[in-house]
Amino acid sequence: MDISNYIYLSAILFVIGAIGVVVRRNAIVVFMCVELMLNAANLAFVTFSRINGDLGGQIASFFTMVVAACEVVVGLAIIVTMYRSRRSASVDDASLLQR
Amino acid sequence: MTTRTDLVYLIALPLFSSAFLLLLGRIADKWGHFFATAISASTFGIGLYEFFAMRSRSGDSRAATQRIFEWISVGTFKVDASLLLDQLSICFVLLITGVGTLIHIYSIAYMSHDRDRRRFFAYLNLFIAAMLLLVLGDSYLNLYVGWEGVGLASYLLIGFWNERPAYATAAKKAFIANRVGDVGLSLAIMIAFTQFGSVTFSGVKDAAPHASSAALTALGAMLLLAAAGKSAQFPLQSWLGDAMAGPTPVSALIHAATMVTAGVYLITRSNFIFDASSTARLLVVIVGAITLLFGAIVGTAKDDIKKALAASTMSQIGYMILATGLGPVGYAFAIMHLLTHGFFKASMFLGAGSVMHGMNDEVNMRRYGGLGKVMPITAVTFGLGYLAIIGVPPFAGFYSKDKIIETAFNAGGVRGILLGGAALLGAAITAFYMTRVVVLTFTGQKRWADGTHPHESPSLMLIPIILLSVGSVASGFLLNKGNALVHWLAPVVNASGAEGGTELFKPIVVSALALGVVVLGVLTAVLKYRGTVPIEAPAGSPLTRFARRDLGQDDFNHRVLVLPGQAITKSLVGMDFHFVDGIVRAVGWVLSYTSASLKKVQNGYVRSYALLMTIGAIALLATIWLVTL
Repeated sequence: MDISNYIYLSAILFVIGAIGVVVRRNAIVVFMCVELMLNAANLAFVTFSRINGDLGGQIASFFTMVVAACEVVVGLAIIVTMYRSRRSASVDDASLLQR
Repeated sequence: MTTRTDLVYLIALPLFSSAFLLLLGRIADKWGHFFATAISASTFGIGLYEFFAMRSRSGDSRAATQRIFEWISVGTFKVDASLLLDQLSICFVLLITGVGTLIHIYSIAYMSHDRDRRRFFAYLNLFIAAMLLLVLGDSYLNLYVGWEGVGLASYLLIGFWNERPAYATAAKKAFIANRVGDVGLSLAIMIAFTQFGSVTFSGVKDAAPHASSAALTALGAMLLLAAAGKSAQFPLQSWLGDAMAGPTPVSALIHAATMVTAGVYLITRSNFIFDASSTARLLVVIVGAITLLFGAIVGTAKDDIKKALAASTMSQIGYMILATGLGPVGYAFAIMHLLTHGFFKASMFLGAGSVMHGMNDEVNMRRYGGLGKVMPITAVTFGLGYLAIIGVPPFAGFYSKDKIIETAFNAGGVRGILLGGAALLGAAITAFYMTRVVVLTFTGQKRWADGTHPHESPSLMLIPIILLSVGSVASGFLLNKGNALVHWLAPVVNASGAEGGTELFKPIVVSALALGVVVLGVLTAVLKYRGTVPIEAPAGSPLTRFARRDLGQDDFNHRVLVLPGQAITKSLVGMDFHFVDGIVRAVGWVLSYTSASLKKVQNGYVRSYALLMTIGAIALLATIWLVTL
């Protein structure tokens, strides 16, 4: 199997994630789409690592996972707090920065 | 040339006193007027001392100089602040300090009810200092400082009662009209600097014979403009009538005896320029002749006693300017008339002030009448001044004015007849309007407003008037005795020693003619005004109404100068608003419109930020891809 197919898959996953971030309102779903984008990037790292025959890309994907784990901790806490205070997890309701 | 060290005190004393009284404030209210008067008297003392010191010297050593400090030093161009006291300056010094001191004394009583009397005396001393600097400066630049100083003092004193808007306006009018003349003087200084490289009187005098006639004529014309502004000569005469808004002692000192004669001083001082340019001389005599008739005609129509006297001042200074334009022979007569005029006009102005003092500040002569009985001393002194101004022998005006008329006739040819005729006509009109003033004020039936109780003024006011009227009786005879003044001034003004031109008439004929027209003028006025005088001025002929409006001088200035000036100002304001401000406003509008449009991007929706970020990232990638293609 051609190794470049992994790159295509990674790009498709990234685009799906990006579209999800832009079009979905539910904060949980938006969050999941962000995870999808991160993982698309991880896939690309690992693929490039394989193509180049060194471990740099794989190490980078570990870093990404660590960052993603931290992000999930902080992000979910924010979403839960937001839901408690406003009874809604819609990102469009949280538009106070405008004023 | 003699070098002296005490000339500077003439200026420093009153200047110091003025600053002292102004800075000290209300503490000095009780004694400020005495202090100022004492200072003024001491300058007169110094003046007398200098005069006798000068008389004891002889020949070239009579003129004295004093260098105070180096003022300007730019490359080869140097101007010292130095003083020059010569035969001409000393006449002025004595007139300014002498009449000035008498008017200080008079003002103590006249201004006794004014709560700002100290400020008034401080301004009077400021005037004395500036006027002395004007006549003592040894260069046009030093003279200019004094010239501006007297303008300032005049402005402050005309507007002394500036709580009345009309008076404040009169002060501004005088100041602005004077500024026009000042431009002439500054241009004259610039011409002198570029043409001769020097602005001292002696430097310009040495260089004048080698200068081009165009430069001399331009210089003369600019000096004449300056003189016209300061001396209320045609066409800058309109401020003098309104300047009567100031307290009467001011009118007597500044606007009759001294400051307004500064123009005559300037022309006499610059005699070397006018001697060298016949065109400039012609301009001078034209201005003088027009003004002497102009002032006299305006004087016939004025019911306000001070304005009638102001018109008369204008006319008399016209005589002096005319005399200065007649060449070397005229200068001494101009100065003689200036000195005698200083006496009799100051005496009459103070007399008018005395009348106003007794009449609750009424100035309308139609409200006077019969005052001779209740104010005998004022009436007699005013009468002596009156006899002097109309030129009845042996009073002062006879000697000085006769000489001018005679010299004007002797100017030769058609010019002589025209100028002499104008001077003679002026004398007749002078006799008419001065008789009118005296008849309306001191004789006839009482036309006083209800509740006025005229009384003779206090002796503090009468003594200066009496002394001045002695001067107006005797000064002409004394100055003319053995041609005393002519010989005295000869080293300054009559370098060539030239005598007058061909005699058109014998002096005795001129005197007889002058006396004849004076008698005619007096008789006309007596016949016209001896009966009942209506309190409301009758409508009068168109000419009378025209003369009442000052022969349309203000209308002319308004139409020809003020309205176009306002139009230019308005168009400049419009251009500033639409063009200059327009550009600035356009820049502001573009910025605010752009930011208002861009502001909509900041809507607070996370998803829209995410979309923008995505688009931005794509655009960035596309750019990199396109660049590296």
